[in-house]
Amino acid sequence: MRAFDYVRPESADEALALLAEPGTSALAGGTNLVDLMRLGVARPERVVDVDRLGSTEVVERDGSLWLGAGVRNSDLAAHPVVRERLPALSRALLAAASGQLRNRASTGGNLLQRTRCVYFMDPTKPCNKREPGTGCPAVEGLSRDLAVLGHSEHCIATHPGDMSVALVALDAVVHVRTADGELAIPAADFHRLPGDEPHRDTKLPPGALVTAVEVPLTPLAERSTYRKARDRRSFAFGLVTVAAALTVEDGVVDDVRLVLGSVAHKPWRATVAEDAIRGRTASGSVFDDAVRAELAAARPTDQNAFKVELARRLSVATLHELAGGQA
Amino acid sequence: MRAPDLARSVARVTQPPASTFDVTVNGTPHALTVDNRTSLLDLLRERLRLTGTKKGCDHGQCGACTVLVDGRRTNACLTLAVTLDGREVTTVEGLADGDDLHPVQQAFLDHDAFQCGYCTPGQICSAVGALDELAQGWPSHVTEDLTGEVEPSAEEVRERMSGNLCRCGAYAHIVTAVQEAAR
Repeated sequence: MRAFDYVRPESADEALALLAEPGTSALAGGTNLVDLMRLGVARPERVVDVDRLGSTEVVERDGSLWLGAGVRNSDLAAHPVVRERLPALSRALLAAASGQLRNRASTGGNLLQRTRCVYFMDPTKPCNKREPGTGCPAVEGLSRDLAVLGHSEHCIATHPGDMSVALVALDAVVHVRTADGELAIPAADFHRLPGDEPHRDTKLPPGALVTAVEVPLTPLAERSTYRKARDRRSFAFGLVTVAAALTVEDGVVDDVRLVLGSVAHKPWRATVAEDAIRGRTASGSVFDDAVRAELAAARPTDQNAFKVELARRLSVATLHELAGGQA
Repeated sequence: MRAPDLARSVARVTQPPASTFDVTVNGTPHALTVDNRTSLLDLLRERLRLTGTKKGCDHGQCGACTVLVDGRRTNACLTLAVTLDGREVTTVEGLADGDDLHPVQQAFLDHDAFQCGYCTPGQICSAVGALDELAQGWPSHVTEDLTGEVEPSAEEVRERMSGNLCRCGAYAHIVTAVQEAAR
């Protein structure tokens, strides 16, 4: 690991001033950053420990639940309001990582975790995300776990998170603080597609801090869930994940959210499918047609075409379950 | 590389940046100065000579290094020691009360819940943390009703212990031991 200076600022202002310097990384729970530093993927000259600055409070205010950036994934998953009124969020967190890691991982840090693409994780390999301009060996290499939607010739990495997928389905808003003031970024816009700047995972301004995540407490959110397909039954990254919410009145879909995880550089809000489901009969064939229309945009590699079919089946089964049918 | 940069780089190799902090380990307070890169795992094993905590993957994937930080199970390999100022760490060496083993330790012996034993300290610390989480009513990935009661069923124990790998495959007895300790 490269030698680094360690600073634990007393205030957010102090942290923001420190983070403005190049070569500086913010450290929260450390479950991803410390690993990347050990691998030589992250090589900060200075680590600013913001782990104790983030609020660890979960507060209900103005019809929303506000999650402090420092709330641990385990505490969030177990929070009574999250379990009762935001089941997709609780389920997503519980499907992620291990008990030990969830005890450390924070709300803010989890949003900022990096891809697990094997080329990104290996500093001896070229990678446009790690070193812009060096190329993407994944496109014609080991791509089984990688993106099938929204990728570019420069990068086919996926965002590996679970929590962030649920947050998009729940219409959450990420609140951040920069040296210039505060900013609110919808969770759906927080992560970005790679385009020709795959080194940028998110739209978080450089040196900014996530302070809180606001999740509206709505009837739709109460009818939400999260499902995850992976290579083993526990403690594995997703191959395809689905966060969905559905409200049905008299057999007709009142509102729907469908977001796919582990298939793109960001949580993939399936707006084509949602538009084809909203106002229609809540039936398996409607769900299937809608999801097929969404996945028509998929461009898999030779190795990951299975993820498209997996995404279709998992999406339809999840919607079916929410509609009260047998999954 | 410009001359001042080179001089700085050389200095950082010969005298890497270090920090001073206080941490309590198994009830004993320590005032320490360590290289900022030191993990809690290396601090325990190399500096404090508490070698019960084991290094497996060093990437948070195997759980062999699991310890309790402020009572919560944590991967010691992914924790930078310098972040622990003011925290309390409990390792496998700190679980027993004198000659009286912790109920989880006793259950592992009673149920022959290991073969080579390398993953066992991590399994035991993880189980202590997991049982506390169960006692607090935390749901897991396999809990059907998120708002209902949770029971230490074999399925729940398997899911909650999935952050601890056992290459010998002693899982069957580990599950039984953890269930026993939950009673």
